[in-house]
Parts: sequence; structure tokens; C-alpha cells
Amino acid sequence: MRELTFREAVVEALDMALERDPRVFLLGEDIGYYGGLFQATQGLLQKYGEDRVMDSPISESAIIGAGIGSAIVGMRPIVEIMNIDFMPVCMDQLVNQAAKMRYMFGGKMKIPLVIRCTCGAGRGGAAHHAQATHGVFMHFPGLKIAVPGTPHDVKGLLFTAIEDENPVLFVEDKMMYNVKGEVPEGYYTVPFGKAAIRHEGEDVTVIATLRMGYRALAVAKEMEEKGIGVEVIDPRTLCPLDKETIINSFKKTGKMVIVDEGNRVGNFGSEVASIIAEEAVDYIQAPILKVTAPHVPVPYSPVLEKFYIPDEERIRQAVYRVLEYA
Amino acid sequence: MKASKSLMLEMLKKMLEVRYFEEKVVDQYARGAVPGLAHLYIGEEAVAVGACMNLTDEDYITSTHRGHGHCIAKGGELKPMMAELFGKKTGYCKGKGGSMHIAAFEKGILGAMGIVGSGGPIATGAALGIKRQKLDRVVICFFGDGASNEGATHEAMNFASLHKLPVIFVCENNLYGISVAQHRHQAIKDIAARAAGYNMPGLIVDGMDVLAVYEAVKEAVKRAKSGKGPTLIECKTYRFRGHHEGDPNLGARYRMKEEIAAWRKRCPIECLKDKLIKDKIAKQRELDEMEEDVKRRVEEAFVYAMESPFPNPEEALEDLFA
Repeated sequence: MRELTFREAVVEALDMALERDPRVFLLGEDIGYYGGLFQATQGLLQKYGEDRVMDSPISESAIIGAGIGSAIVGMRPIVEIMNIDFMPVCMDQLVNQAAKMRYMFGGKMKIPLVIRCTCGAGRGGAAHHAQATHGVFMHFPGLKIAVPGTPHDVKGLLFTAIEDENPVLFVEDKMMYNVKGEVPEGYYTVPFGKAAIRHEGEDVTVIATLRMGYRALAVAKEMEEKGIGVEVIDPRTLCPLDKETIINSFKKTGKMVIVDEGNRVGNFGSEVASIIAEEAVDYIQAPILKVTAPHVPVPYSPVLEKFYIPDEERIRQAVYRVLEYA
Repeated sequence: MKASKSLMLEMLKKMLEVRYFEEKVVDQYARGAVPGLAHLYIGEEAVAVGACMNLTDEDYITSTHRGHGHCIAKGGELKPMMAELFGKKTGYCKGKGGSMHIAAFEKGILGAMGIVGSGGPIATGAALGIKRQKLDRVVICFFGDGASNEGATHEAMNFASLHKLPVIFVCENNLYGISVAQHRHQAIKDIAARAAGYNMPGLIVDGMDVLAVYEAVKEAVKRAKSGKGPTLIECKTYRFRGHHEGDPNLGARYRMKEEIAAWRKRCPIECLKDKLIKDKIAKQRELDEMEEDVKRRVEEAFVYAMESPFPNPEEALEDLFA
């Protein structure tokens, strides 16, 4: 199969979405003539014009609000908040309005809104341009959250997001834009709430989000040579979360490591550990470990930043540690 | 063109509906019968009614925590509104929203938002949707002097004006942001002045004069529908009650009783009635009959709310996702 970069897969999906449905339009900072900070909307303004690929003022609340309002009256907006770090600027529109409106108005309205954003450290973005706070949004009922982990998935999940009748927070790991992978041509969807098992194994379950999936996979392959079976699961969406796949794998292995670039406290992994404690306590054979960023803001210096981001060594150490429990 | 008799009577009827609806809430709140908060619109009726009289069910509004008046003016029915206040299953939002969160999509009421200033971006978005779908509709965004200090309001105005969107920003300047007087929360006297910063017209209107509001919004609707973009209309008005029911002495801790009394003399309903009689447009008996009819319908709405069932507790888990 042909290979595309993660970025090319995003551009292709957006292009096709604009082509397929006249109600779809894009709105965000620098997504037009500039082509997006990470070039993930490259060429789309030239193809579809300023009305469908709208450069917005640096006004995050207006961006989300414009998405909500236009979605309610019949459009299918895909808006972009450049970095997930900017989300607190428009937190009200996102979590108080987009997420709650359907419920608080008695289920009467549909808000088919996709909110794309980027996350992740590794480019020297520091405290305000490099966080991975996707897990935070799990706390707010009413938002779906996609965290694509491969070029294949980003394209398929994007179509699912666009066709969903609810607000979807679509988080792209900015360190993955140049990652290549197989991407089918044409239209296909990846369903929400269906995790992908990236690598099968009998000894340890590793749940890994976004680019951490690749790191976990590298560790799993390395362990395989040593006769250790690591099962790597990419949840692909945090909400809905495929608890079934996660729990079933755990019932098999009895040991779990969760790898997520978010800060340590209230991490996505904390929720997974809680689910295991509540729903699979009889199968627990070892402490459930989280491999996360430490609980500090993203630091700037390359040395500090490298220390901050969970790496293969930390995943390896965590796997060895749970294996100590027979 | 002057408003016709039938239009003026319709305005009076709507203002009376708002007034008596709210009076009923006052009464019930005092009895401890209303479950949540209630921010009443008494005194400000001319703004919502004068504005919405220019709209059809196809047009949209966004409303605020002080939203009962907007909803009634836009065609919201008294029964499901009252039922919503009492948390009943028959309420507009099945008891999930309450006083501060009423929406009636079929009437173009996109929803009342409990967060100050949050309606601006959403109204602007609805206007963007109208423009893209080439619909002959407008959006009115109601907000207050308090919300005029919120960043989201300014983001929305800039965006709306930039794209010449069919939205009208109707500011209800009731002189207080909760308890803080306007001169203590902003350095300007006229919020309409802020329109200049977004290159849109900014008008000041007597918010106690329903006909003045009607005429101003009418022009703004015309402008919006002809693709010329938004207008900011500041309506100088006053709330006769406190910020919410239970606000001590109707707000007398932070404003003078004389001030409240002076504004009460400018009651928008009494002003319109006086005009109708003085100009011999309507007879007193006609107005009395109308008032009795409104009272009766508000009472019916109340009985309907009382007799309606509460939702089943498990319904708390429904309606999250489409």
C-alpha cells in the first residue's frame, strides 16, 4: 500500500471532506494562505477559496463559538485551535457551551463540530506551545476526543469525526506530522470507541496514546526477541473509550503500563487504572504503572525537554518492573 | 414607517406576558417553590419585545442568564417555559436547563447561556452559518453591560464585523453588572461607543421605549440582511428587581431606593399604555381585556407546570450525545 506522512493524511482527509460535503468548512488561525502552522491545510484555500478555508483572527473564543453557532444552523465546521495550550483561552466556549448545550437544552440540538488541535513536546515550544493536555478534556461530559496514533487512523478518524453529530476534540500529535505509514486511497472511516491492538502479547498490556504508541511498539518488538509478550493497545479515542478491549487484554496479562505524554496527576492513565481497579480487580497481578511526563510545565532547554518526554527507556523500565511480579 | 395599531398591541401583549410571567416567579420564589436561581427581566421588557418584534421564527436569538423576556418575546410558549423553571419533564429542556438555560430551536431560540458574554461567539457563528447557506435570516445577540467587558464579546464583534455577518448585538445596559454600578465597572458611559472599534454602527436607544427599540432594530435588521454587517444597539434600561430573586432589598445595598423608584416611573408597559390611550389608538377597555387575558394565560401556564410530572431520575443520564 502507498505510504503518506501523517500530515499528508490530514490534508487528504480535509480535502476530501471539503469535496464531499458543501456544508464542511475550515476555520482557524493561519490555516489559509499560510497552510497551517504544520502545513496540515496546505493548498486547501487555493482549491476551495476563502469562504471554505477561513483564516481567522487570533480569537480562540470566536473560533469555537463560530463553530458552535454555524453547526447548530446546519453547517459542518472543522475549526482549528493551533496548540492545545491555547484551549484555556476558549475553555468556556469548549466545555461550557459546545460540550453542554445539547444536554442542558434537553437533547434538542445537534452540534456537529470538529475542533482540531495539536499537542506534544519536542520542538522547543516550552510551557505554552508543547503540552499534551488531551486527557484533561475527558473530564467534561459532552465532548468526544480522538487521539490518532498513525497516518492511517488520522484519516479514518477524521471522517468519523466530521460525520459525528457531536462536538469532537481532534488532537494531533505535532511530533507525528512527518511520520510515514500506510494510508488507503479514497474514503474510509475508523470508528470511535474501538481501540487498535498494535502488537499482541501475553505478559504485559501497554496502553499508549498518540506517538507513545510507536515508542511502546518499539519496546514490544525488542521484548519479543527476549521472549516477553507485550500487548500494545492504542485507544484511538479517549471518549468514547474502548474499555472492553483494554479490560480483555488485562484479563489475559494481569499487568499494565499506561503511556501518555500528559502530566502525571489526573492523567489519562489515571482513569484507565481506575477502570481496572473497579472492573477487573480480580485479575491484578502487579501495580498498574503510568509512564507520563513529570508533573511540571514543559521546560524549554533541549536537555530538560528530553527528560520531560516519556521515552522508550522509561517504558522498558516500567515493563520490567511489572514483570517482577509473577 | 410608524408601527401600526396591531403591532403596538402585540408589543403590549408580549410585554405583559413577560411582566406577569416574572411576577408569578417573584411570588413563587418568595414561597420557596422555585428550585434554582431566577434572574428576572421586569423593567427591561421593551428591549426584548421591541427587538424581537422584527424577527420571525426563522430568525435566531441568543439569550442570557436573564433570559425569560427574550424567550417570550421570541415566541417561546409560557407553559413549557414555566414548567422548565420548576424542573418538570414538560419544560422546554425537560428540566435539564432551568431558568438560565432555555432553548426552543423551533422558535429560533438558540439558547440562554448562564455564562456572561458567552452568547456573542455563538450568535456570530449562527450568522456565519446563515451567510454561508445564503439564508434570509438574522441573529440577535442579547447581552448586558456586564458582558460588554468580557473578551468573548469583543472577539465576536470583531469577527462579525470583519465578515459582515447578519448579527445584531443588542446590549441591555441596565447600569449594573450584578451589584457593581456601570461607572465602577467601565470607564465609558456609552457602550455603543465600542462599536467604533469594530467599524460598525453603534446606536444608543431609550430601552424603556419599546417603539424606539423596535425602530432601531428594524434598521439594523435591514442592514444585516443587505449584507452590510452587524450593528451594536445599546438600550439604556433598568431592572426593577434585584440581580436575582433574593438579592437583598431588590438591590438596595448597592443602589439607591430613589433611583429604583425613579426608573419605575418610566415603566415601559405603562409608557406604551399611556401612549395608546393618549393618542386614541386603543381604548382602556381593550387594554384591560388584554391584561386579563395575559394574566389568565400565565396562571394556566403555572397550573400546567404544577400538574406536570418531574422527570424520572434516570433521565439525568440521557441527552448527552446525539
